[in-house]
Amino acid sequence: MPANINTLTVVDLVPFGLEREHGGFYALRLSRPNWADWTPGQFVMIRPETWGPELPWARPLSICMLSADLILFFQIVGRGSKRLAELRHGDKVQVVGPLGTGFQVEKDTPTLLLAGGMGIVPFVGYVQRHPGPNALSLLFGHRAPLEYYPFEHFDDKVEARHFHEAGPEDLTLFLNTVDERVASYAARNGLVLACGPLPFLRAVQGMCLKHKARAQLSLESRMACGAGACLGCVVKPLLDEASGRNRSAQDIPEQMHKGLPVPTCTCGPVFWADSIDLKD
Amino acid sequence: MDKKLERLRINLPHAGGNLQLKNPVLTASGTFGYGLEYTPYGNLTELGGIVTKGLSLKPRPGNPMPRIAETSCGMLNAIGLQNCGVEEFLKNCLPKLPVLDLPVIANIYAHSLDDFAELSGILADAPGLAGLEVNISCPNVSCGGVLFGQNPREAARVTEAVKKKAKKLPVIVKLSPNVTDITEIAKACAEAGADMLSCINTLTGMAVDLVKRRPLLANITGGLSGPAIKPVALRCVWQVARAVNIPVIGIGGISSAEDALEFIMAGAYAVQIGTANFRRPDRAFTLVREIADLMDKLDIENLESFRGSLQV
Repeated sequence: MPANINTLTVVDLVPFGLEREHGGFYALRLSRPNWADWTPGQFVMIRPETWGPELPWARPLSICMLSADLILFFQIVGRGSKRLAELRHGDKVQVVGPLGTGFQVEKDTPTLLLAGGMGIVPFVGYVQRHPGPNALSLLFGHRAPLEYYPFEHFDDKVEARHFHEAGPEDLTLFLNTVDERVASYAARNGLVLACGPLPFLRAVQGMCLKHKARAQLSLESRMACGAGACLGCVVKPLLDEASGRNRSAQDIPEQMHKGLPVPTCTCGPVFWADSIDLKD
Repeated sequence: MDKKLERLRINLPHAGGNLQLKNPVLTASGTFGYGLEYTPYGNLTELGGIVTKGLSLKPRPGNPMPRIAETSCGMLNAIGLQNCGVEEFLKNCLPKLPVLDLPVIANIYAHSLDDFAELSGILADAPGLAGLEVNISCPNVSCGGVLFGQNPREAARVTEAVKKKAKKLPVIVKLSPNVTDITEIAKACAEAGADMLSCINTLTGMAVDLVKRRPLLANITGGLSGPAIKPVALRCVWQVARAVNIPVIGIGGISSAEDALEFIMAGAYAVQIGTANFRRPDRAFTLVREIADLMDKLDIENLESFRGSLQV
């Protein structure tokens, strides 16, 4: 079997928060894969062995953490994640990965982590593995109550603030705070890393381009292959003149220089904010 | 190669010679990139061959997102034939493929007979290429293929145009199931000089979001593939294999060794693995040995004698 395909065993599946109110947030703990290395921001394609032809695709999940076990975190959003929530201790799961690009790690650079909802997941591993966590700070915007997310991992390690979005005014407050902080990190040549739903990433991208912040965005996309073959998860590269790019071109995957849409699964999911076009 | 796998060898005779495959497992166009994408998951030279992502004369950006949707036992796609163009393929993809030990078949797509001819002429001289597969049936691009593939006379004209320029390369015409009688199109292509036929391409379908009241694909409709279409594909292969005297390659929802042998029993020389590559990226690779194992179990001596043995 290729090294990047592992058959792992479910250790446990732990629901977060009160299921009946907001529905389905879970931490899925799997036996440890044989990976030589991984980078936070990377993801896996996961497919339980019990799935028959009814569900032909594997599902992409961001890697939350790797310790004695592999920890993934997901929310029920459709029929695939609903079936993942039925997994039990001892079930076998096929895991392809680690896949894609991870977040930039710079030991002493002030680094701002921006998470929207489930976008918090890769930052758990990022904080855990970062060589200088004192340089990190996190802003987390969320709709479901805080206990639905793996937020407790940040409390004692980095400066972390959370914003519960109960109404539109909360969102404005959150985005205004993000904008101020992006401006201040840009002024210090800091690094900004963001993960979350597309509207949130669009807003963050706009702020990063405006303040000329060095920033990376992690995209979420529906995926079929995870191998860069089906071209179902593509994003448009942002051509140089439109981005006002201030970094060297070699940071960008070669495929992006050709102008055609590129697969999020292999050229991403983490992209430099000034290298992709997130407009409709 | 061990003896067990030796028995999987097949020959697909054509006007210019024989297309020899180590085994009947090919990968279907659009599901396996240009082959290189799958090198982390297996040794390409263990496959019977690969069929590339559809190539056009110029690079194409494809359709807007979303382009894919999973459905029960299948998936819809409306990628819109995004591809790097033939020039880039010849410069940066083909030279990286182990063509001496892996038949590489270029799938081609064009909007006009002239473009089909030009594309075929360019690829005819490509070192190491094993064949051309002509997409006359892709349902996604409204101004293109679907018209050729739904009309016997147009299908014949495309076949002739490609054959004229393809030199010794075998020409495989890929048929659409979105027709009243697939054997009419099959016969027209065979008479026009097609060396082989592959069937089937995707079935036109649609999926919608009941809450948002919107289609799931930006293109509204897309091509359905996967296990859901296997019975349709098997029917088409069986009908076409009886209607023409050239090799037929089966495609459509093939996920297991059982599926592969069913298609061969219905008359296919070889099979293509498509959506099953998404279920698990080493699927095509592992299928080769599984077919050999199943042949043992079912006492199938070789594929030649087994082919078309379905009793009706």
